[in-house]
This record gives sequence, structure tokens and C-alpha cells, in this order.
Amino acid sequence: MDKIYLDHASGMPVDPRVFDFAKPYLVEKFGNPSSLYNDGLEAKSAVEDARAKIAKFINAEDEKTIIFTGSATESNNLAVRGTALRNIGAGKEVLASAIEHISVINCMKELQKNGFTFKTVPVDSFGIVDPKKLESYLTKNTTVASIMYANNEIGTIEPIKEISKIVHEKGNYLHVDAVAAAGRVPIDVQGDGIDLLTLSSNDLYGPKGAGALYIKPSVKVQSVLLGGGQERGLRSGTENIFAIAGMGEAAQIMMKEMNKENARLKEMRDKLISEITKIKDAYLTGHPTQRLPHHASFRFSYIEGESILINMDMYNIQVATGSACSHKTLEPSHVLLAIGLKHEAAHGSMVMTLGSSNNISQVPTIVKAVKETVKRLRELSPLVE
Amino acid sequence: MIDTAQVGYSKKVMEHFMNPRNVGVIENPDGYGKVGNPVCGDVMEIFIKVKNDIITDIKFKTFGCGSAIATSSMVTELAKGKHVDDAIKITRANVADELDGLPPQKMHCSNLAADALHEAIKNYKSKKK
Repeated sequence: MDKIYLDHASGMPVDPRVFDFAKPYLVEKFGNPSSLYNDGLEAKSAVEDARAKIAKFINAEDEKTIIFTGSATESNNLAVRGTALRNIGAGKEVLASAIEHISVINCMKELQKNGFTFKTVPVDSFGIVDPKKLESYLTKNTTVASIMYANNEIGTIEPIKEISKIVHEKGNYLHVDAVAAAGRVPIDVQGDGIDLLTLSSNDLYGPKGAGALYIKPSVKVQSVLLGGGQERGLRSGTENIFAIAGMGEAAQIMMKEMNKENARLKEMRDKLISEITKIKDAYLTGHPTQRLPHHASFRFSYIEGESILINMDMYNIQVATGSACSHKTLEPSHVLLAIGLKHEAAHGSMVMTLGSSNNISQVPTIVKAVKETVKRLRELSPLVE
Repeated sequence: MIDTAQVGYSKKVMEHFMNPRNVGVIENPDGYGKVGNPVCGDVMEIFIKVKNDIITDIKFKTFGCGSAIATSSMVTELAKGKHVDDAIKITRANVADELDGLPPQKMHCSNLAADALHEAIKNYKSKKK
């Protein structure tokens, strides 16, 4: 059976055009951007070229607002810890939605251990942040509020513009993790009113090993990594030129092809959702319309997600799950619990994230495999009446 | 957080997951055991038919991950045809060993099959009295 890969939120191939573009920076153009001779200048110009591309990708004020890091996790660390610590004089409160990425949550928990107040804003059953709760949780002592652009596990897109207004009314900074949304939703940091924004290279068909953080010119952030002072002193360490150059190129290609590609994947997504939710006791998770165009996520009663994943793999179809059993911690997904699912319902989740290798002609094969998987596992399950 | 679940199962675990033995229920069983709960993500039911203290038939139903299903299947194979006093000695470790091992994080939560078997045998013995 041909492989049908439906787990692009976990891993994506590098676009061959991106690889061709960035390849010279591994072997021939190996300079260190801090060196003043030609090899260094060549490397520096690759980084600056990528910076300009990323700035354009999110409509930033200028390219100086972009700091390259090693990953989205690192960008989230810099955004949360770097902002909270730099602005400690303004207060010691931080806030995140209940469905943020674990790197944001863990940074805030770390701050909490060090005397900060950490508040978690609940979401509704679709995963949309409750604006009233957000408003009531913010105080003048809040420094950074972290609300993601879209969630990787349930596909829900947050009303960032509305959220930004609420956050700014109290004079707080809004950090937005846009890893799942970038390239899927047009991002305009100025229009949306975003102060800090996290991006990841490998979620844009770029190489792993690069992330970026947009920092609005008026926002003050301090470094969380100390060293030689690269990236305006905010991210010390020799730049990963290959990954950074690739990330810039990947963002540029994605921006150019976004509308067409998203329309193509959305059609496939809608077909998957309509077919799979026809299965008895199968439900969509996340928002039906405020949803990433490449994202289809479900839950099935009476069966468990890791079993679903392994069983689908037997059909050579790769999916993901938020089930506890697939995690090292054996805890069910905090996202599924935050949208109000009971533990037993959260165990039966399946997530599909579509990408360049997928097309609508694969839908019947996928749906057939899902139906057979659900049927087989339910035959084994004592929970079926 | 999402994780793809290539948690490192042995070939034998995968084989039992794909082709589980002794799936189903026994009407009017001589012994019945149930362990786990859906909140934790694992529920196992075992039904036994016993003649002269020998387990002549055994069936299971399981809600859970790959290792939960494979261990259930394996424990039914190990117990079938055994004297109940021998079958009750089958441990979680025996089941894991017979499957060529389980990933460390699965040793406790998803390795309840032996417990379900013990419950079924105890149930049989309590009925006999």
C-alpha cells in the first residue's frame, strides 16, 4: 500500500526548492556571519536575506523585528521568560490560554516557581479563548499574555485581533505562538496587533533547527541565552545559516502558494470531516469553521487513540493522537481536557494534518481504513453496549 | 501535546495486536474478571469456562492501547488449558516476557491482563464454594 502521511503537524519534509536554495550554506558558503572577510559577509547576507523574507511573511514593521532562534520552543522561551523578566518592574503576572503549547506553559510554570502569578484562561468546547475571562484575568501587573494563533491539536483559530484589543486595553503584551497557523492563515502582526510572534521553520517545509521570534519595536525583551551577543544580543550562539536561509525561502514560497494550496487542502479536509463524522459515535474536535484549512481532528467513543494510530499505520497511513497512551507522561492531552472532554473521551482522539503529498483522491482509502480500524477496535472493546 | 506512538513495541506485541487470540465474551461464564477504568484509558474483561479446575475456554474484551490489547491476548493464550491454581500464578512479568518485553512506560498501566485473569479465577473459586 502506498504511504499516506497525515501527520504534518508532527513532521514535514523540506521542500526540495528550499533544500536547493539552502544547500550551499552547508558546504561551500560555510562562513560565520560574525567574521568580517568575504565568507563571513556572505553568511551574514544569507541571514539578512532570510530576515527580510520572514518580516514580509508576517507584515512586520521592518526586518530588525525578527530574531532567529534554534526552534519554536526557544522562541517561546525568549518571548515568555525574556519579556516577563525584562518587564518585572511592571508586575509579576503572566497568563496563557489553557491550550498553549507545552513550551509556553512550562515557561510560565517556571516563572510561577520564582514568585510570578500564572493564570490560565479557559476555552470553550470548540477551543476558542473566552474573551470575558481573559479580560477579567488581566491586571495592570500582567506583563505577557500568551494566546496561540491556532491550535495544533484541534485546529481551532483564535480571534487574535479581538484578543489583542482586550490585552492592550490593560497595557499588557500579547505573545502569539503562530507555529500551527503560519502559512495556513495570512498573518499580519501590525494589523492583528501582535507584540511577539513565534514561528518555526520546520512547519513551513523548511529545515529543522531554526525558529524565529518577531518582537515589536517598542517591546522590551531580555536574553535567556548568554554568550557572544548574536541576534541583537537576544540569541547568542553561531547562527544556523543553512536552516535560517532555508526558513526564509520556505516562508517566501509558502506565502506565494498559500491561497492555492490551502484551498486544495481545505477541500480534502472538508471531505474527510464529512465522511468520517458519518461513522457512528465519531465527532469532530475543535471548531467546525474557525479552523486551519489542513486540519481534521476527531474522537471516537469506546476506543483508544494509540490503538487507532497503530492500526492506521498497518494501512500505511500515519496519523496522530492526543491519547494518554501515546505520551511519555501517560497524561491525556491538556488541550482535549481544556475543551471539556472527559478523560475517557480524550483517550479516543485522532488528528490528521494534511500537506503537500496529500490529495483528495486519497480520501476514499483513508476513510475506508478509518472505518475498518474503528470497527475492529470496537469489536475488541468492552465499552460498546 | 501530540505524539506519534511508535513507542517501541516488539514484533510479538504487534502480532498479538493485529491478530488477537480469544476475543469475545462467554455467556454464563464460570468466572469473570474486570479491571481498569475508562478514565485511565484501560479496561479489560476476562471470561473463563472451567471443567475439573482446568480452564477449557477463555475470552477477553479490552479497551486500551496497543500493549493493553496484546497483553490481554497473550494472557488468554498462557491460561488456556491450565489448572486454575497454575493459571493464577501467571504474573504481569510473565506476560511481558512472553511478548518479548514492553516499553518501560507501559509496564504498569497497560499490563493489567494478568490482574483480570486473577479476578476471573477468584470469581470462579468464590462461586464454587
